[in-house]
Amino acid sequence: MPNAISVQDLRKSYGEYEALRGISFDINAGEVFGLLGPNGAGKTTTIEILEGYRSRDGGDVDVLGFDPERAGPSFRERIGVVLQQSQLWPTLTVAETHRLFAGFYDRPRDVDEVIRLVGLEDKRDARVKTLSGGQKRRLDLGVALVGDPELVFLDEPTTGFDPAARRAAWEMIRSLRSLGKTILLTTHYLDEAEQLADRLAVLREGRIIREGTPAELTGGTTETEVRYRLDGKEVVIHTTEPTRVLHELTHEALKHGQELEDLQVRRPTLEDVYLSLTADAE
Amino acid sequence: MRLFRHQLKWEQLTFWRSRESAVFVFLFPLLLFALLTAVYSGHIYGKPASWALLAGMLGYGTANTAFAGLALILVARREMGILKRIRSTPLPPTTYLFAVLTSIMIVFALQAAALFVLGKILKSTPWPHHLLSLVLALALGAAAFAGLGLAITGFIRSLEGSSAVINVIVLPMAFLSGSFGPTRHYPQALRVIGDVLPLKYLLDAVNGIYLHGQELWDRPTAVAVLAAWGIGGMLLAKRNFRWEPREG
Repeated sequence: MPNAISVQDLRKSYGEYEALRGISFDINAGEVFGLLGPNGAGKTTTIEILEGYRSRDGGDVDVLGFDPERAGPSFRERIGVVLQQSQLWPTLTVAETHRLFAGFYDRPRDVDEVIRLVGLEDKRDARVKTLSGGQKRRLDLGVALVGDPELVFLDEPTTGFDPAARRAAWEMIRSLRSLGKTILLTTHYLDEAEQLADRLAVLREGRIIREGTPAELTGGTTETEVRYRLDGKEVVIHTTEPTRVLHELTHEALKHGQELEDLQVRRPTLEDVYLSLTADAE
Repeated sequence: MRLFRHQLKWEQLTFWRSRESAVFVFLFPLLLFALLTAVYSGHIYGKPASWALLAGMLGYGTANTAFAGLALILVARREMGILKRIRSTPLPPTTYLFAVLTSIMIVFALQAAALFVLGKILKSTPWPHHLLSLVLALALGAAAFAGLGLAITGFIRSLEGSSAVINVIVLPMAFLSGSFGPTRHYPQALRVIGDVLPLKYLLDAVNGIYLHGQELWDRPTAVAVLAAWGIGGMLLAKRNFRWEPREG
């Protein structure tokens, strides 16, 4: 599979502030790639350079064979964009909004099919101003898909959603992958990255500090955490030899007739890894 | 061209479906004309007052539609993220802007025609004799004000303040330029301000054509000043027109 996106040593500054300090990554065609990081890490700057909104100060960027900074309509025929914040015409209906955008493309998808795909068939003839927040976000996604893009950019697609709406959005993004779309997704939610991304890069202060599959990111550390309470005080042990540590602990406890309350042995989750990686940034 | 026609169709639909734009931009000059002709009587510039008020309202309508209406539409679209959103599609930005401009010109053409019909019904005002000159004068005026409308969007930071900012410009300008009646009894200082405003020159041309049987080319100063304002506006717009909302 060729790369859909290839980024080499990408740099961007806003005045004195270095938003991106040389990041590199590749995204394969058909892959869901997540850019994960706290606010201000450079996620939106990265995605907006790849979408063609912003110029870069250094590095090489290739998106579907184009340099997005100079690309024209033939590039935009092939991408779909969901911005972090944007509204659409409040007085148009869902179907009209899709038809308006469909007219911009040479080979649009069938409008009703897209509306079904994003689950708005009940709201087909409702005015945009009457939709809920979650429904408006689905409309954003529908409008991004109506040109039948092969690459879809999703900038924080579920920020502000309630849990049910997030689950529904995740299902939709999974169904996009099954259509063979390449997806670049930014998020500051870990569970979202873990659920959706085939691979992800953790961004902090304009640098990629970790990259891999969700399993690789958590598997990258060999430490196990052993946690218990003794005389009301919590004890936490990080060890690379959990078997030995546990044996010694339980042996001692049994010898003295003590109970190790709340004894837990656990592998770090992606969340632990993420928090330890980004801790200094907070 | 296909994209232009597609977008023009949707611009018209969204314009007329939005009650704010249809009432404020299209109907307001018509209402004002009906009110002013009801309270003014006698003669202005040696013609029945209603004739001069009709000419004045054509000028005010040009500024209100091509300048204020256009700027408010574009600021709203920009701050909502619609302009940014459209830039990610294959629709070229210039095609989009031309569709928006053409759409607002259509609105203004309908408004000008409606003013003549309303004048005929209310006060038996005459149809224009030099139709070509009048159309050219209004088209020039609308183009100049559209250029200024594009330029002013760069100075308006937010959606909330936009209609206040625009009206603080348009209403005093219309007053000082003589849209609501002649300015010759105004204090000297106010007349001096009026003498540099583009609407004053548009009204000079429209009054000359509609009231005094002149042609547009009999008013070269008006043509030159309007063109200068329009070109200045376009140049400024080229520098500071923005597609993205303030944040993000």
